[in-house]
Amino acid sequence: MATLDIKDLHVSIDTDQGSKQILKGVSLTIRTGETHAIMGPNGSGKSTLASTIAGHPRYNVDSGSITLDGEDVLSMSVDERARAGLFLAMQYPVEVPGVSMTNFLRTAKTALDGEAPSLRHWTKDVKQAMAKLRIDADFAQRNVNEGFSGGEKKRVEILQLELFGPRFAILDETDSGLDVDALKVVSEGVNREHSKGNMGTVLITHYTRILRYIKPDFVHVFVDGAIAEQGGPELADRLEDEGYDRFAAQGTAAASA
Amino acid sequence: MAETTQLNPGVDDDIARIGAPSGDATLAIAGFTEEGENLSEFNDGTAQHGLKKHSHGNAPVIPEASRGERLKSYNLADFPVLTGREEDWRFTPLKRLRGLHTESLDGAGPTVSVGGAANIQVETVERTDPRIGCAAIPDDRVSAAAWAAAPVATVITVPAQTTADSEITVSIRGKDAAPAAQHLIIDAQAFSKAVVVLNHQGTATLAQNIEIRVGDGAELTVVSVQEWDEDAVHLSTQQARIGRDARFKHVVVSLGGDLVRLTPSSVFTAPGGDVEMYGLYFADAGQHLEQRLLVDHAVPRCKSRVTYKGALQGKDAHTVWVGDVLIRKDAEGTDTYEVNRNLLLTDGARSDSVPNLEIETGLIEGAGHASATGRFDDEHLFYLMARGIPEKEARRLVVRGFLTEVIQQIGVPALEEHLSEAVERELAAGNL
Ligand SMILES: Nc1ncnc2c1ncn2[C@@H]1O[C@H](COP(=O)(O)OP(=O)(O)OP(=O)(O)O)[C@@H](O)[C@H]1O
Ligand SMILES: [Mg+2]
Repeated sequence: MATLDIKDLHVSIDTDQGSKQILKGVSLTIRTGETHAIMGPNGSGKSTLASTIAGHPRYNVDSGSITLDGEDVLSMSVDERARAGLFLAMQYPVEVPGVSMTNFLRTAKTALDGEAPSLRHWTKDVKQAMAKLRIDADFAQRNVNEGFSGGEKKRVEILQLELFGPRFAILDETDSGLDVDALKVVSEGVNREHSKGNMGTVLITHYTRILRYIKPDFVHVFVDGAIAEQGGPELADRLEDEGYDRFAAQGTAAASA
Repeated sequence: MAETTQLNPGVDDDIARIGAPSGDATLAIAGFTEEGENLSEFNDGTAQHGLKKHSHGNAPVIPEASRGERLKSYNLADFPVLTGREEDWRFTPLKRLRGLHTESLDGAGPTVSVGGAANIQVETVERTDPRIGCAAIPDDRVSAAAWAAAPVATVITVPAQTTADSEITVSIRGKDAAPAAQHLIIDAQAFSKAVVVLNHQGTATLAQNIEIRVGDGAELTVVSVQEWDEDAVHLSTQQARIGRDARFKHVVVSLGGDLVRLTPSSVFTAPGGDVEMYGLYFADAGQHLEQRLLVDHAVPRCKSRVTYKGALQGKDAHTVWVGDVLIRKDAEGTDTYEVNRNLLLTDGARSDSVPNLEIETGLIEGAGHASATGRFDDEHLFYLMARGIPEKEARRLVVRGFLTEVIQQIGVPALEEHLSEAVERELAAGNL
């Protein structure tokens, strides 16, 4: 059982107009086996939270902490965080020209495990995982994300989730841009990994439709850089009906208070 | 400016180069020499003596309006002394040439040894050999100086209808820094097939002319690898004349040396030719690696593809790529595309990239170019590191991937492997 603990996190970015505060005191605890859904309006800071956990250099942590079983995540480099078991499925996966998927997956797996995977098993694992996610075999030869459609990129993120087996997965709008079939296939991938019992999951989404496939234990409403409300799965349904309006007022009030 | 001449093969034998300081004129146009019947079609013999007058009188000075009008001559005196302000020298730091452009090129120069295939012919010939001038004519002052100074030439002949029984390796080993000239001829006769790998190592201050004749229906690959010691200075003109339905692949790999400047060109002389030109260069701190290409579509229905890729790391690493493609009036059905990509791995490096396409006929299949110089992207790095890959390895993964595309085109497995290792060493040296 592992715990990812985020405490009173304040994050800003440097813009041309100076420093801009985005996260204004986020606290969240995720344990192995739990699934947390984070919902919230555009620009509320969901991706900022995800990227900050992964260690993207653009984000400055002004105060607060992130720990993984008591270890200070914020002092780790990006790759150290990944090796500690954190995985971010990105909202906009980056195209990396010149690096083939095959080469990339093997290099990453080797780095994560500290040793090269047995070639025979690895090739088989990759093939099987790709087949289950209905990713064409010839994607292995293509460069990382290069020319992949939006939906294909998301599948490839989940392919990595399954191959790398992280302790905590943060899925940033993995459901966006997926058609109904793809949504199902991708959700099954997440559930397969989650059901092994070694992973805690944070699911960032705008839509409840993915929550029909991936059942959250907790739902957090993110507004203006902070969690405005928390609840069980029923909160998601309420959000779908009512929208974020009633939080917007609160958020503004809190910010100006 | 030096470039004041016109070369217009197959159009007009009266067009002469002009504006030579000496006032005499030299013309060299394929197949249009009058006095040159006993010489090769491309050599009027003036290069050896610098005296023989060849053209039909003097014409007024014409400034270079097009790449096709650049001065070409076997006569050194026709080229004004370099100032560094010339269009084609403006990126080259002349003061680092170690005298190649000012001193007499009488050093012993690198040794040349040819190995590999057994069913080819290798000769060392005198300057009077009729094959000298079979495919090239100097188009800059250093090339002309080397033309005049090289005491002998190495001629590699792949006989007609012959497939070389293995790769032909030409080991060029420099031993000292005395300015020197060198002349090589690769004559791939009709319907022959061969791969020639030129490997430059050691130290040198070398001006080199390489003539490449690709006969009708021949298939020739020439790979020029520059793995010089870090002080070497190397200027090399590599001109190829492409026959009917011939296929020519030219690959440049520049890794070593202080200053390396290559000017490869491919001139189509009959329809149906197919040329691929690849280049890979990796400049470290202080290194100057320059390549200036010309693809001359002078005749109909030829195809050319140019792909050059460079990586730069370290302070004052400088690369230059200039890609001139000419599609002349008669070159209907031309299909051409050129691309240059550069990857800046660190701050303080500089890459100049200038594609230049001149089109004189609209009746073509296609013509395009692309040039991009990118910084190693923080987002690439973040993505790879977010998958557990350490920064150093992530950078290597990207650079390797970037350059592999060119290495894979060489088609000589042992060389591909050697170059992959060489790139790894470059990366390691740059502490990336
Ligand atoms: N480089 C930047 N310059 C200026 N503002 C930025 C920059 N990057 C992010 N922001 C701002 O930070 C805020 C939070 O962005 P973030 O991407 O975290 O939102 P989000 O909740 O993920 O939104 P979405 O639902 O649209 O994905 C937004 O107001 C955004 O405009
Ligand atoms: Mg977002």
